[in-house]
Amino acid sequence: MPTVRFQLDGAPVSVDVAPDTPLLYVLREQLGLSNPHFGCGLAQCGACTVHLDGEPLRACVAPAASVEGHAVTTLRGLGSPEHPHPVQQAWLEEQVPQCGYCVNGWLMTAAALLKHQPKATDAELRQGLAGLKCRCGTHLSILRAIKRAQLMINGGAST
Amino acid sequence: MSGFSRREFLLASGALVVAVSTPAPAALLAADGALVSGALPAPGELDSWLAILPDGSVQACFGKMDMGHALEVSIAQIVAEELDVAVSQVALVMGDTMTTCNQGGASGSTGIALGAKPLRNAAAEARRLLLQAAARSLSADVGELEVREGVVSIRGRSTASVTYAALIGGQRFNAPVEWNKATGNGMDIKVQATPKHPSQYRLVGTSVPRRDVAGKVFGTRDFVTDIRLPGLLHARMIRPPKAGQTIAHVDEASVAALPGVRVVHEQELLAVVAEHEWTAVQAARALAVTWADSTPPTRWPGHEQLHARLRAAPALKREVTLNHGDVEAVFATATRVIEAEYDWPLQSHASMGPACAVADVRADQATVWTGSQKPHAVRDGVAKLLALPPERVRAVWVMGPGSYGRNDAGDAAMDAAWLSGRLGHPVRVQGTRWEGTAWDPKGPACAHRARAALDASGNVIAYDFTARGLSRVGVMFHEADPRDTLTGMALGMPLNSDLGLGAPAESYGFAAKRLAWEVVAPLQERYSPLRTSHLRDPLGPEVHFGSEQFIDELAAAAHQDPVEFRLRYLTAPRDLAVVRAAAERAGWTPHAGPRRERGPGDVLKGRGISFAQRSDTTVAVIAEVEVSPSTGRIWARRFVVAHDCGLVINPRGLTQTIEGNIVQGLSRTLFEEVHFDAEQVLSVDWASYPILELADAPETVDVVLINPTQAPPSGAGEPTMRCVPAAVANAFYDATGVRLRRAPFTAARVKAALKTHA
Repeated sequence: MPTVRFQLDGAPVSVDVAPDTPLLYVLREQLGLSNPHFGCGLAQCGACTVHLDGEPLRACVAPAASVEGHAVTTLRGLGSPEHPHPVQQAWLEEQVPQCGYCVNGWLMTAAALLKHQPKATDAELRQGLAGLKCRCGTHLSILRAIKRAQLMINGGAST
Repeated sequence: MSGFSRREFLLASGALVVAVSTPAPAALLAADGALVSGALPAPGELDSWLAILPDGSVQACFGKMDMGHALEVSIAQIVAEELDVAVSQVALVMGDTMTTCNQGGASGSTGIALGAKPLRNAAAEARRLLLQAAARSLSADVGELEVREGVVSIRGRSTASVTYAALIGGQRFNAPVEWNKATGNGMDIKVQATPKHPSQYRLVGTSVPRRDVAGKVFGTRDFVTDIRLPGLLHARMIRPPKAGQTIAHVDEASVAALPGVRVVHEQELLAVVAEHEWTAVQAARALAVTWADSTPPTRWPGHEQLHARLRAAPALKREVTLNHGDVEAVFATATRVIEAEYDWPLQSHASMGPACAVADVRADQATVWTGSQKPHAVRDGVAKLLALPPERVRAVWVMGPGSYGRNDAGDAAMDAAWLSGRLGHPVRVQGTRWEGTAWDPKGPACAHRARAALDASGNVIAYDFTARGLSRVGVMFHEADPRDTLTGMALGMPLNSDLGLGAPAESYGFAAKRLAWEVVAPLQERYSPLRTSHLRDPLGPEVHFGSEQFIDELAAAAHQDPVEFRLRYLTAPRDLAVVRAAAERAGWTPHAGPRRERGPGDVLKGRGISFAQRSDTTVAVIAEVEVSPSTGRIWARRFVVAHDCGLVINPRGLTQTIEGNIVQGLSRTLFEEVHFDAEQVLSVDWASYPILELADAPETVDVVLINPTQAPPSGAGEPTMRCVPAAVANAFYDATGVRLRRAPFTAARVKAALKTHA
């Protein structure tokens, strides 16, 4: 079975896996990560999102071979309780999640969006985060949290 | 206590990775390291409800679970309040059948209203016993003592003190409490202690932050999907692709090329199992099955013809829930009769991920990790399925990918247990998106009819509302019997269909009034993807979509303002109060008939109100919408909610729970309808079963919390949701002068409605 090598949250990994195996299963089963999550397997919900070289990737449909030689970042690599990413800090302060299963997708996608558009308007956020699902309906908290994260990133009022 | 932590215990037992790491009372754990203790917690013992650990922290055992509504911290606040400890000193064990009593799981928004009662009583009783012990220890009278954060001291002499930990840390109370013999939601205990009066509360009523958020935000908290055991096998279930089909032949050779795949087949239960999850997914896709149509072939009406079918079908059961005055006689005297029909679609739980369960079945015991919101029901169901005594089965709730009633989690738990028993290995079952959307039990479709009699002055003199639809209990709303799951249905167990619906919950004082419901036959009896059961706020949005829109129609017919009209007829003081509070916060301008206010471009703006009760909670919702006739889009931009659920425990958690109700309710109102044709469910994923996304989220949900501290808590997990559909429909009417009597209000349906009335 071929070996796929890539950077995972900053450390090199190599996995023996059929090249067309979706990255999600490699991360969860071979590499033992609990994030990302399986939501649909169809790139329709975002629960499986990771970063590939800093850009959002739906791991449920990305073949493992496609990340060969690239850098994959998961929620674990985005930040930690000791060093949270601003979106994680904001999500925490706004107490966003209900069930929490979708959170991975929102955090990973929002972190990338704010990197490109740190001052995204309300309309740009609503458009830029299309394609992410939250079944519990925490959307108002999500918008509040992103605006809080923008304040942190843009050097506004500290929290 | 032996100092045996829960994690150590589980490590010793071979369950290497579990979601919960907090210790449980030693008294409730098996000292021999067995996975299953062989004894159920006894509600009549104080030790079954809480324990003081050696470090002075408090372990409370809660037989319900927090689905993300701040219930965990709220219960901790209540326990801490009674014990006079800090909230941070209280940890909860939730939903583990070996360590928690059967309080019914998450059910009917009763987490605080009913679920907190025995915990509150237990905490008060524990404090009483601890103060007795402290009095002996300090040679003082109980009346002289005070407690701060678990330290008991003689009032005015803080040097003379003793801690809860020193008094009992790690030991049993060995104290009986009087169990009311109820199991499930109604379980309660009587104790000698008197709990505090609300006027004494310091912690209850404050917005203590939730403790489950960090684990979700940093990905350090496990979901049921993350449970891993040594030797775990991954399974995928194979369901019939078309209505009523049965298995004619399974070609096992079709998956022979995939490593280590096993096919498990008994009657209509069919699964593929593999060591690696992706292999199981591939096997499920590759397995060649020949399906046979039922005789005669099962044919559904299709979603477009569903409501005609609901109206035409005979009522299998009719129940009149309210009947006063001679309704028919008064109708005969009417100057004017108003009539309307309202159609609500089948809806899916469409949880964020398809259900998952992990089961480890051994010769004489079983453990199941489940996302079901009723783990005690899972325990009982698995015990029946495997012919084990309930005390030899342990069900452990671990947060699943969403839970809004009887979703697909109960089926997954039963499938996993059956497969594990059959294979002699731990088994993890996870569904596909198709199963999560097309195969979960559905919220029932309805076709209501309403009529009212008006006199010459526009007074409502008679009112007659009949809710009609598929049963809310086409399958039971829990899985305490395997026959109520797909597993049992596939294995040929007897059917257990019941007939139930619901009537509007309000206090309109019409002189002659009749409320009734009628249930018609299911679309398919056995093993049906369109079976119906409880979906969040069962029958709430379905029924009040009709009844609260009809009230608006009557106000318009009587040329009265919708708020004034409600205030005129409502009779319960708390109902009147929420309607007034919502109108005041919204800055409601009285008006009769649609205003058709113009916004930018072709946009029309409107406001609508809706009101309903649920148990003892009462809610009024005002929606402000913008309608674009050219695109058909409705944007419900702002909501105002006035909410009275009795005593408020955690205002912030409550407010966010209400917001979630509004958004999920709005999604169901605008977007959600299960599509199906004669033989297939067509809503199979997020593209074919769209839900609300961020673009359509409201800008503001303005919540007025009415906090009558003298009224006991009555629940908030669901009541707001039932007000949303009619509030939006009534706002749409205010904006356009057109009624939307069929949900959801998709863009196509909005455009068609406006065109018809143009």
